Amino acid sequence: MDFPGLFNYWVVMVLMMIGLYIVISDRNLVKKIVGLNIFQVSVFVFYITMGKVDGGTAPIIGEGIEVYSNPLPHVLILTAIVVGIATTALALALLVRIQDEFGSVDEDAIQKLESRQ
Amino acid sequence: MISAQLPILQVLLPLLAAPLCAILRGRALPHALSVGTVLLSLLVTVGLLIRVESTGTISYAIGGWPPPIGIEYRVDQLSVIVLLIIQGVAAAVLVGGGASIVREIEATRAPLFYALFLLNLTGLTGMVLTGDLFNLFVFLEISSLSTYVLVALGTDRRALLAAYQYLVIGTVGATFYVIGVGLLYMMTGTLNMADLADRVAGVEESTTIRTAFAFMIIGIGVKLGMMPVHFWLPNAYARAPSVVSAFLAATSTKVAVYIMLRVVFEIFGVPMFLATHLSEIIIGLGILAMVVASVTAIFQDDVKRLLAYSSLAQIGYILFAFGLATEPGVTASVLHLFNHGLMKGALFLALAAVALRAGRTRRTDLDGLGQAMPLTMLGFTLAGLSLIGVPGTVGFISKWYLLEAAFDRDGFIIAAIILGSSLLAILYVWPLVERAYFRKRDPALPPVEEAPLPMLIGIWLLVGANLLFGVWPDLATGLAERSALLLLGGAR
Repeated sequence: MDFPGLFNYWVVMVLMMIGLYIVISDRNLVKKIVGLNIFQVSVFVFYITMGKVDGGTAPIIGEGIEVYSNPLPHVLILTAIVVGIATTALALALLVRIQDEFGSVDEDAIQKLESRQ
Repeated sequence: MISAQLPILQVLLPLLAAPLCAILRGRALPHALSVGTVLLSLLVTVGLLIRVESTGTISYAIGGWPPPIGIEYRVDQLSVIVLLIIQGVAAAVLVGGGASIVREIEATRAPLFYALFLLNLTGLTGMVLTGDLFNLFVFLEISSLSTYVLVALGTDRRALLAAYQYLVIGTVGATFYVIGVGLLYMMTGTLNMADLADRVAGVEESTTIRTAFAFMIIGIGVKLGMMPVHFWLPNAYARAPSVVSAFLAATSTKVAVYIMLRVVFEIFGVPMFLATHLSEIIIGLGILAMVVASVTAIFQDDVKRLLAYSSLAQIGYILFAFGLATEPGVTASVLHLFNHGLMKGALFLALAAVALRAGRTRRTDLDGLGQAMPLTMLGFTLAGLSLIGVPGTVGFISKWYLLEAAFDRDGFIIAAIILGSSLLAILYVWPLVERAYFRKRDPALPPVEEAPLPMLIGIWLLVGANLLFGVWPDLATGLAERSALLLLGGAR
């Protein structure tokens, strides 16, 4: 395959690494969740790319439609998107509670608060 | 008629009871409903056990769509032994945990707590039953999301941080798993495990399959608390509500090990496991966990945290035996998975009773409890002995099989490490027992009394199982041996 054929996969890898790096390195707990989202989105793009067939259309039975994309990965990733939203919502709810209890969403500040006790 | 529907009932019972619990008010009704549900689920598991033992592997096509197009539920000896531990511990913990839940969970949140507990049970059960990789991911997320909330419900405000940490690392792990599934689907075009096993055989040399393998192992490794990616586990176990710790410690990592067994041996097969040197890596990580986690456990002040580190060490045993990829090794791995669930369930539930009566679970809180709570502490001591591996308990049976597996591969040094790690277990269990029986409780502290009767029943059900399967191990060892045969000789 030539370069454009793999373009999506390069984007997936770049997004994945950016997301993972933010999750690991950022000290702000909200930004970590942003990183986690970027990481998950890269996987969504990966699945969507996987199901695409060159020149294929939507998988509908109709006149003139012969080549169509594989719908299964797309359906799977709908489920994963829902799971991702649930995870993000839960993480944000947890962060609201953390902000209430500790007065900060910064990892260093919270650690300092904890070690003083 | 109904017996044909048992696999789906196993998942549906807790799944349907969960929203019912959420709309009920007060404490008594949700408690009664969830206890009823878990007891019924346990009956279903026993039904499945009997059917699997008489007719062999059950395949259930969801909605009548035959696999590999539809989603298949598969029940064999390995699923049944894991289901037994999940449902058994869930029943003991809910029957026994009522008083502890009253103390640690606010009344307004109680119905939601029960709903989440049942959802967690649904997720774990589904992961064991399903034969479809993506369906497994969905159940994994059901159980994970409910676990995060359950951990966050702990009384200490640091429970929130523990839950957050677990959420981030758990989601990364689950996403790694999905990447692996995606790569596998790219190469084979199927998600059904049995179907995958056939199709991977043709393309197993490709980089894509190897990459999928690596992603899946790391993703599942996070969930099971494999040594370098284990750091979420002690925090989560130590700060979750006591009852939740008991349930999680006994079940959630075990289900992750189960997934690892299925993925490695059924889909990828032993030759690839050996060719990629994963076998050596897993054995190494297992031994690392046995030693490092045991030593760390010795120095913990909070007993809950101590038991959490001990769990990591026990996962080390399971991983080591699993890494051998021989028949005695896999047998020992499955057997210890079951036995460790029994030990940790009993220990954590006894600790929940301590937290209920003495208020906290630091080492000093155990002082003199041998006189004040004789039945609870006797249970704790017996389960502790089982953890060490004293004859007459399940721990001994586990250690016996583990050593047999090590000698089978001429691993004399490994056998010595296993025995050494057991000695470390004495070092962290025995001081607790000594405190309970040979020290006086600080007279300045309020006096404590014996745990309430339901709690004692729960604790002693699990302790009794520790002793029963210690003197009559045939059921568990039989299931474990046949699971190993299925895994290693099955699809390929």
